[in-house]
Amino acid sequence: MKKNIVIIDYGLCNLLSVFNALRYLGVASVVSHDPASLKEADAVILPGVGAFADGMQGLENKNFIPAIHAYVKTGKPFLGICLGMQMLMDKSYEFGEHQGLNLVEGEVVSFKNRFVDGKYDFKVPHIGWEGLCSHQVPWQGTILRELKQGEFMYFVHSFFPVPKDEKHVLAKTSYAGIDFCSVIARENVYGCQFHPEKSAQHGLKILKNFVELTS
Amino acid sequence: MALKIMKKQIRIIPRLDVKNNTVIKGIHLEGLRVVGVPSDLAKKYYLAGADELLYMDAVASLYERNSLQDIIRRTAEEVFIPLTVGGGIRTLEDIKNILRAGADKVAINTAAIKRPEFIKEASQRFGSQCIVGSIEAKKMGESKWEAYVDTGRQSTGVDALEWAQRLVDLGAGELLITSIDCEGTKKGLDIELIKKIGDCVPIPVIACGGIGTSQHIVDLLKAADVSAVACASILHYGIAAIPSLKKDIAQTYKGAVRTSYEKEHCYY
Repeated sequence: MKKNIVIIDYGLCNLLSVFNALRYLGVASVVSHDPASLKEADAVILPGVGAFADGMQGLENKNFIPAIHAYVKTGKPFLGICLGMQMLMDKSYEFGEHQGLNLVEGEVVSFKNRFVDGKYDFKVPHIGWEGLCSHQVPWQGTILRELKQGEFMYFVHSFFPVPKDEKHVLAKTSYAGIDFCSVIARENVYGCQFHPEKSAQHGLKILKNFVELTS
Repeated sequence: MALKIMKKQIRIIPRLDVKNNTVIKGIHLEGLRVVGVPSDLAKKYYLAGADELLYMDAVASLYERNSLQDIIRRTAEEVFIPLTVGGGIRTLEDIKNILRAGADKVAINTAAIKRPEFIKEASQRFGSQCIVGSIEAKKMGESKWEAYVDTGRQSTGVDALEWAQRLVDLGAGELLITSIDCEGTKKGLDIELIKKIGDCVPIPVIACGGIGTSQHIVDLLKAADVSAVACASILHYGIAAIPSLKKDIAQTYKGAVRTSYEKEHCYY
């Protein structure tokens, strides 16, 4: 049976990259700005770049929030990417305090760099490739299955999520001396702080794993 | 308070200067020679382990147009690393169109010098993470550089270091610093310029111009706070390939480059 993969379009970002990556994997997907499309979906991806408040506003304007909650209750796989991952949390401190989707308990906080001894201690945004390391939860049966420890992914972000419960941390990544949560997993809800669709073959593998969770 | 010792990290970014649907390369941004077909080179560099690709419309500012959309659209179908596009980006509409074609970031030079507020508007609309402030710098004297526009042809009277700071304040998420003096020479980067800018800005800096050996990158990494290098001649003319560059860098700075592609196995 053909799977119905829906990429949520809430007017913010470049959705073509995720669509292209899935197509390259031989998986057809639908970019949709209609919340009703989630009812028929076998898997849903929430991409996103930009500011947290704008993202939540975009979801609200298109009435996606109740549809996302209803979809997640079905137990079918859901993946948030970058801002899409941050919006899974209950709140963010990006330009004030904002409520998120509340699918994973925890908050979104920022990297803070400082000017010390004539230069910055590190650069923000964090832009570049970094490795994934497992935390407490094994990767088998998840979107990270068959990936090796330390596999590099492409990050571009100034904020990162801090899940309240460590068992929701599927992978951690180190930047600026901080080990932050780079992959979240809570039952059928997943989130990647990096861009799997821009992380070469190992990123594509994660998307493939995600799609295969539907079968 | 002591500075935290940060792990050195560097991205290797092939730079493709495009004119009339071909990749060209010059010296000091002039005297252009054809070196290949954009989509072929993009694919080749992607498979060789490029961390990102930088496309520059070589003549866009001069003719007030941009023509990379089709090339980006084709590249984005089979190349899954970040794509940055520069040259001739003048309006929010230009940015929207090139992002829709599959670009992840835009590099803006001339239009920002003409109207600095453009950077602010662009970063507010699309997010800082996709706005790269591009500076083409020419050395004017002891520790002094001037920003040039129109692919290194036109002086502006703007001090490059002050302009770098200003671009940060306006909302750029990253800076691309091209040394016009070093560009295309393969004789090494303008390390002093990159160090000066790298130290004074809180955002990542991409250094461009003059890379002819892997040692040039190692020397830069040693001296400056830099997040990426853009290379052209060294790759286009086959002087070195990306895996060998990364291997050399990793010998001095272990873990500074993404190397896992070398263990590539096909998952799909």
